[in-house]
Amino acid sequence: MAEVDFAALKKGGFMRQKQKGYFSLRLQVVGGQLTAENVKKISEVAEKYGRGYVHLTSRQGVEIPFIRFEDIEEVRRELAKGGVKPGVCGPRVRTVTACQGSAVCPSGNIDTQDIAQELDARYFGRDLPHKFKFGVTGCQNNCLKAEENDLGIKGALDVKWVEDKCISCGVCEKACREGAISMADGKIVLDERRCNYCGRCAKSCPTDAWEGENAYLVSFGGLFGNTIHKGDAILPLIRSKEQLYRVTDAAIQFFADHAKPGERFKFTLDRVGLETFKEKMEEAYNGGISD
Amino acid sequence: MAEYQIDDTVDITDVVCPITFVKAKCAIEELDDGQILSVHLNDGEPVQNVPRSFKEEGHQILKLIDNGDGTYDLLVKKVEA
Ligand code: SF4
Ligand code: SF4
Ligand code: SF4
Repeated sequence: MAEVDFAALKKGGFMRQKQKGYFSLRLQVVGGQLTAENVKKISEVAEKYGRGYVHLTSRQGVEIPFIRFEDIEEVRRELAKGGVKPGVCGPRVRTVTACQGSAVCPSGNIDTQDIAQELDARYFGRDLPHKFKFGVTGCQNNCLKAEENDLGIKGALDVKWVEDKCISCGVCEKACREGAISMADGKIVLDERRCNYCGRCAKSCPTDAWEGENAYLVSFGGLFGNTIHKGDAILPLIRSKEQLYRVTDAAIQFFADHAKPGERFKFTLDRVGLETFKEKMEEAYNGGISD
Repeated sequence: MAEYQIDDTVDITDVVCPITFVKAKCAIEELDDGQILSVHLNDGEPVQNVPRSFKEEGHQILKLIDNGDGTYDLLVKKVEA
């Protein structure tokens, strides 16, 4: 048998197993969603080429264990018929994870699936000094654990009270868990320093007297492996998709430019300095907008 | 403050989430369109979530009255879907 190029296989999502000659094949999943057709094909392949089961990874991935080395090409072709692509491992942009977001979840502030697709199209598989993970969660409930990721995106609602729609019912004051809303003489007072943009006031107000603009909170340098670090949210609220992608572009470029091989983003930020990084991010944040 | 004519009341302080909203929902289903239900509820999760659940079901919240003893009365007008 020819020399096995493990690095190339790994890039193609084939993880060498403990058992000689077997690979666990990682599949590409975006935002935790697969079509029924995808699932059918995965099931067929797992039965025919694997051992009749799949493994769900902690990051919404699917792996088919026990694929034999000699079947790799056939498995790839077979999966492609059901629209299923192999995933990636190694030093590059990994599976983009996401919760269901505003398309399905009543609490959602942003369309997480749309963002996951866009991030995947922009960056998936891009070679970098080390692995790089994106995660997108729809609101402060953080079902998708945004801060665990090298770059985490969290849906926010930038709220504003509209006096003439308010019937002074008192619901929002109690719905707010941050104590940011108080009522004085039937009027609402919002303490902006306390507001975390969760959107609960807007979602519970019976007369829609809270108007909200979709927005994004981004965190950088999260780690949840050997070292645990909560990603740092160093930027103010991001208010448009253009602004969001300017920031993600700049962050990943910073990692590509400054990281040493095998260094996770968090450690690059520690070494180069969060302040230096912050300046770069602020440039991207403000880029193209003059105010 | 406008006074409302209350047609029925329900106490959900004796149950926990998610039964709180189930009990409140059953009570409003007994009413006719436009009638008003007063829901007696606790501080914490119930007061944070029950008004929103009524809104999501399409009913009209009129008022949340703070009883000052850790309980509230939520006045909801039934809106027939
Ligand atoms: S993070 Fe928010 S939007 Fe996403 S699933 Fe959880 S509650 Fe819903
Ligand atoms: S968005 Fe959330 S934190 Fe801000 S005022 Fe509304 S309920 Fe409170
Ligand atoms: S929930 Fe809406 S209507 Fe009621 S007090 Fe708050 S802003 Fe006013």
